[in-house]
Amino acid sequence: MNFTLKIWRQKNQNDEGKFETYEAKNISPDASFLEMLDVLNNQLVMEDREPVAFDHDCREGICGSCGMMINGRAHGKGRKQATCDVRMRNFTDGQTITVEPWRANPFPVIKDLIVDRTAFERIMQAGGFISVRTGGVPDANSIPVRRENAEESMDAAACIGCGACVAACPNSSAMLFVAAKVSQFALLPQGQPERKERVQRMVAQMDKEGFGNCSNNYACEAECPKGVSVMHIARLNREFLLAKLT
Amino acid sequence: MKLDSKIPDGPIEKKWSSHRFNMKLVNPSNRRKYSVIVVGTGLAGASAAASLAELGYKVISISYHESPRRAHSIAAQGGINAPKNYTNDGDSVYRLFYDTLKGGDYRAREANVYRLAEVSGSIIDQCVAQGVPFARDYAGYLDLRSFGGAQVSRTFYARGQTGQQLLLGAYSALSRQIGAGTVKFFDRREMIELVVVDGMARGIICRNLKTGAIESYVADAVVLATGGYANTFYLSTMAKASNATAIWRAYKKGALFANPCFTQIHPTCIPVSGDYQSKLTLMSESLRNDGRIWVPRKSGDSRTPAQIPENERDYYLERLYPSFGNLVPRDVASRRAKEICDKGFGVGKTKMSVYLDFADALKRNGKHWIEEKYGNLFDMYHEITAEDPYADPMRIYPAVHYTMGGLWVDYNLMSTIPGLFVIGEANFSDHGANRLGASALMQGLADGYFILPYTLSDYFARTKFSSLATNHSEFGKANRSAAERLEKLLAIKGKQPVSEIHKKLGKVLWDFVGMGKNEKGLKKALKLIPEIKKEFWSDAKVIGDSDNLNIELEKAGRIADFLELAELLTFDALHRKESCGGHFREECQTPEGEALRNDKKYAYAAAWEFTGDSKEPKLNKEPLTFEYVKPSERSYK
Repeated sequence: MNFTLKIWRQKNQNDEGKFETYEAKNISPDASFLEMLDVLNNQLVMEDREPVAFDHDCREGICGSCGMMINGRAHGKGRKQATCDVRMRNFTDGQTITVEPWRANPFPVIKDLIVDRTAFERIMQAGGFISVRTGGVPDANSIPVRRENAEESMDAAACIGCGACVAACPNSSAMLFVAAKVSQFALLPQGQPERKERVQRMVAQMDKEGFGNCSNNYACEAECPKGVSVMHIARLNREFLLAKLT
Repeated sequence: MKLDSKIPDGPIEKKWSSHRFNMKLVNPSNRRKYSVIVVGTGLAGASAAASLAELGYKVISISYHESPRRAHSIAAQGGINAPKNYTNDGDSVYRLFYDTLKGGDYRAREANVYRLAEVSGSIIDQCVAQGVPFARDYAGYLDLRSFGGAQVSRTFYARGQTGQQLLLGAYSALSRQIGAGTVKFFDRREMIELVVVDGMARGIICRNLKTGAIESYVADAVVLATGGYANTFYLSTMAKASNATAIWRAYKKGALFANPCFTQIHPTCIPVSGDYQSKLTLMSESLRNDGRIWVPRKSGDSRTPAQIPENERDYYLERLYPSFGNLVPRDVASRRAKEICDKGFGVGKTKMSVYLDFADALKRNGKHWIEEKYGNLFDMYHEITAEDPYADPMRIYPAVHYTMGGLWVDYNLMSTIPGLFVIGEANFSDHGANRLGASALMQGLADGYFILPYTLSDYFARTKFSSLATNHSEFGKANRSAAERLEKLLAIKGKQPVSEIHKKLGKVLWDFVGMGKNEKGLKKALKLIPEIKKEFWSDAKVIGDSDNLNIELEKAGRIADFLELAELLTFDALHRKESCGGHFREECQTPEGEALRNDKKYAYAAAWEFTGDSKEPKLNKEPLTFEYVKPSERSYK
């Protein structure tokens, strides 16, 4: 298959950046989107041009490193996919594909398609944990957990921290990301002691980083590679309100 | 060099507890005077960094990622072992110890393996307390599954994302410490040199991957938790950036490298489909709980799987190993798949794959049950291959997945360089010649949460440290040699992209140092690898500069080290004229095609010592003695 690629190139955070057009030729329909970019990059190297920088690592949709806007959609149009899961057979031969980095103020571009997502780190550091030390904990089976709760907690915990929710949201809201963590712990007995402090701290840090608020667009859920549901945002709101009121 | 494994005296079940008592302690108020650099933030690195900071030490944590959570431990799917005996099926610490030692084909240290089994139960407790949402039954208790090489159900899991959930647990503990200021985390830094001062590991040199700056970090000890080197093979299930540079730099500074040829080829991966392929994708071993592996009885059979009636199928693992069936250990399952495909019974376009069939389980338990247990794996398979595994059997083939070899460490997890500790996959210690499923997560977390915090404290308490800053001449020297290497790479100005050369290396390793090795092939590889190395240093094309983010330069540095490591790996494989675990020398097999060990000659860990570039490495042997489990033919029949 052959494609015309319009890719965002930006030297560094201070550079203005612009689209450049490339041709990718003889791409196998079974190749992944990132493998297509590998082929393009080798071609660019051969032409003495700088290859396109993008974050990637596990290439099986779990590490959360990769992320780009493909034709205006976070991780492309497929459901429940990270960019590395996208296969070229889902495009049509000869198609023009536009590739951009996540666009959100709290995620400044580092280079080309690589953005700085350390705002997520600071939110996690503010409260995305249970304050347990290593050692001295009870036997794992001493506290039963309702199966439904464990399952729902796991649904939330599946978040890979890629930032697609932020990129997809018109408000650049990180509420799905924050909600996933708050929800995971709120549903488990182990998460109860710090329940109120956790949600307040994480939300405060989220606001401080400049992420917007949720206005029920649900684009985050639609683009989330792990299908994390906006129901968790509802829980986040409840948890936040409860923490403030009681 | 004399290798002292420092195994404590006493009966095996008392060794660790008496060792802990005999270790020196650091008074809580003195701990802030000691500092440690932990390189890597996977299960081992994140758990170690968090636990050490909780104790009060000053911790510097280094990752080449933007976030600790991106480390490749995240991709582990199936589960984590612990002998809790929650299922009442006869499990015990001793049984896990026995299974792991036997699974490793008697090429691991008894004392280490026993300790691993002993502390593994605490890992599950710790993770549950951190909020890891393990799978539970309807009564709310933890659910278990079984894995290869075991006849009990001792594997805890969180859907097909156990590694992710355990790493996120360790990451949350680490994040808490970073937030509290007790861990200083440096993102997008790659360690490119180890700094040894007065014979002790005292720091590292990193390249800041964002700015290209060469940076020095100083501390009282260095911990490498940088994972395995399976990417030497180019195509593997590893993440793209996983590399051997940190351990290779340490090797060249005097740390011994043990059993480099012990690589694990995982039986259940999605087969290679084309030349563009950048990595291989693993399908969790847990699938073998419910999937049945088969090929047609007739070689070259081109019918669809549905057209092949039951009596014309060969469920070869069930036929050859009736008691373990599809749950034989990984090395056995992989070798049999290769053998049966080499004989022409393979399926798929390339005929280099076998079926993993869920029809029975689907009939027995229904689609919903399968979805709940393996949903994400089935989706992944569907996406990659465009084949629906609910309708047709999966096609699988082995792929390089894990490296049991690594830097040699003593019982305290310290390498031959004082103050350099190595944990997780980066060391060689616990898995012998073959790692059992669900044991990697166990080892990474055991090292980080429950072993290193003790042994490192003991090292601090027993050692006098001179005060040191990064203006010391050794830092200057290491800094310069790192910078020179980068400039050398940029100066090659050849014609081939570096990944093309890496591919060539991978093909040689896969063909001659992969699942079946023999003397002729290994010798051939030892001729070919230096040629590829020469090609790299004369014809690689690394464009851009060293003073900014340069993805080609990052890759080139890693490949340069893979090329050197590949030679050592092959050298080790050639020297070990026996078959054991994942190391299969075709010359050494039983009439039934099982691995034939030679305990008289090779019951040792081969620890290689660097003697200079283009010089043969020196072999040091650590004899392995077996007091509790007598080595026997590893039978899974």
